[in-house]
Amino acid sequence: MKKTMSLEPEQVRRVADLARLAVPESDLAAYADELSRILDLVDQLKGADTNAVEPMAHPLNMVQRLRSDEVSEHPDREALLKLAPESESGHFLVPRVIE
Amino acid sequence: MHNMGVRALADALASRSFSAVELTRHFLARIERLDSQFNSLITLTAEQALAEAAQADARLAAGDAGPLTGIPLIHKDIFLTQGVRTSCASKMLDNFIAPYSATVVEKLRAAGCVSLGKANMDEFAMGSSNETSYYGPVRNPWDTTRVPGGSSGGSAAAVAAGLAPLATGTDTGGSIRQPAALTGLTGLKPTYGRCSRWGIIAFASSLDQAGGFSRSAEDMAYLLAAMAGFDARDSTSAEEAVPDYVAALDQPLAGLRLGRPREYFAEGLDPATGAAVEAALAQYQKLGATIVDISLPSSTQSVPTYYVVAPAEASSNLARFDGVRYGYRCAEPKNLTDLYMRSRGEGFGREVQRRIMIGAYVLSHGYYDAYYLQAQKVRQLIASDFDAAFEQVDLIIGPTTQAPAFKLGEKAADPVAMYLNDIYTIAANLAGLPALSMPCGLVDGLPVGVQLIGPRFAEARLLAAAHRYQQHTDWHQQVPEVAR
Repeated sequence: MKKTMSLEPEQVRRVADLARLAVPESDLAAYADELSRILDLVDQLKGADTNAVEPMAHPLNMVQRLRSDEVSEHPDREALLKLAPESESGHFLVPRVIE
Repeated sequence: MHNMGVRALADALASRSFSAVELTRHFLARIERLDSQFNSLITLTAEQALAEAAQADARLAAGDAGPLTGIPLIHKDIFLTQGVRTSCASKMLDNFIAPYSATVVEKLRAAGCVSLGKANMDEFAMGSSNETSYYGPVRNPWDTTRVPGGSSGGSAAAVAAGLAPLATGTDTGGSIRQPAALTGLTGLKPTYGRCSRWGIIAFASSLDQAGGFSRSAEDMAYLLAAMAGFDARDSTSAEEAVPDYVAALDQPLAGLRLGRPREYFAEGLDPATGAAVEAALAQYQKLGATIVDISLPSSTQSVPTYYVVAPAEASSNLARFDGVRYGYRCAEPKNLTDLYMRSRGEGFGREVQRRIMIGAYVLSHGYYDAYYLQAQKVRQLIASDFDAAFEQVDLIIGPTTQAPAFKLGEKAADPVAMYLNDIYTIAANLAGLPALSMPCGLVDGLPVGVQLIGPRFAEARLLAAAHRYQQHTDWHQQVPEVAR
């Protein structure tokens, strides 16, 4: 397919940063090519006449269901902490944030 | 035992021709003997399965059994299963032991199903060939040089190879119907909201829906009956009564109006696959249905619409994988940002990263209106086409895929060629409609599928129409060599 949309490697870097993805320098060009091809595909949408069309966010025409504000879940703290890569005395551990 | 339907298995269990433990052992032995060829399972839970089977036998002995009590099945590894690794076929969740079970898993367990293990799939359900799995590709039991389809490729391959009578799957853009077509199975994606999404690892929340794989529409009726229903824990679960799908199987076909969308028979459809689908239409006419020519003009925009909406929702849903609370964490993070970025960069595979980046791009400042809002509007047009069509017809009929299963590696290099696999299946997800694929022929020895799409909550009508076809044809009884 001929490419009309083209992303530059620097734009891929910016999007990867926004999405918090560490992309190696050596992969940027390939991603730029692949993402450009995908954007070419979705660019077809620009030709659709959508004047006066309401955007559709959801397939069922439903309103947000509400429940009463009561505690309904009782998560097992210890069991959940066991899944964490690192935890200590009831907390998730991450590298130091405040110097 | 591996070629018996649910009803026959239930009768045999009830009359003690064999026990649930014997039945489970039969399938476990087949998996151990055969699955190295297909790689359809990520995790086998043999011990648990035998314990569940023993409980099923106790229920059978106590006269407390339902139609699925003692029937083995396999869950796609996207469904949380308490105490069992739930990986979503990603390095990110390779070490993740689910702390609770999905509603669908609980419901099938309550019905007495015996879970044999967790099925391979495309990573985070992103793919149409099952080649993006961290655990390696799944191979098609009809020809192991070919893909089984995706993303629920392991579920499909397992049922097709006779490793389980039933399997669960999820379908966000065709991930049940496309693999069902490519492996010769009946696959159903119910109406959006019909089965609870609670405990299913989210991909695109306005599209995701659980369903399953079986050898026949009758078996599917039993499976859906146990899976469907309102769940307060899923905020978009439908508050809609569940009809008796099994009783509804015998609805007559006479007078049924089937819409044939001309866009589904246009350029791109492989002629032999198209001929098999046309033969299914002719069979339906013989059975008393009327074929009505219809048009779904906006359906040609389905794939581009999907590749805005689904990645946008995915980029948001997959933000939760941050290396802090569960899942993969990179070694020796320098600081918190480095921890996030390398955990995600190393933990996610390439297709997942592509989709997250597309999602982040179309939602970003300056592009939101042109891509995301425009896609939501076209989505409305696609849904309106169906609403208009269903004023004239009861169901819509067409091909599930353009062609039979392709070779491993054939489309892996070009993401767009891979995406076009779902050209006939995506529209039903965008509109939230139930849709079913069932086998309607063999092309060069490979199965192809016919797709039926219904109005919202018309699963009973879909299953009845499929059942009637299967009573007069034997394509659904064709199995690959390994399952004979």
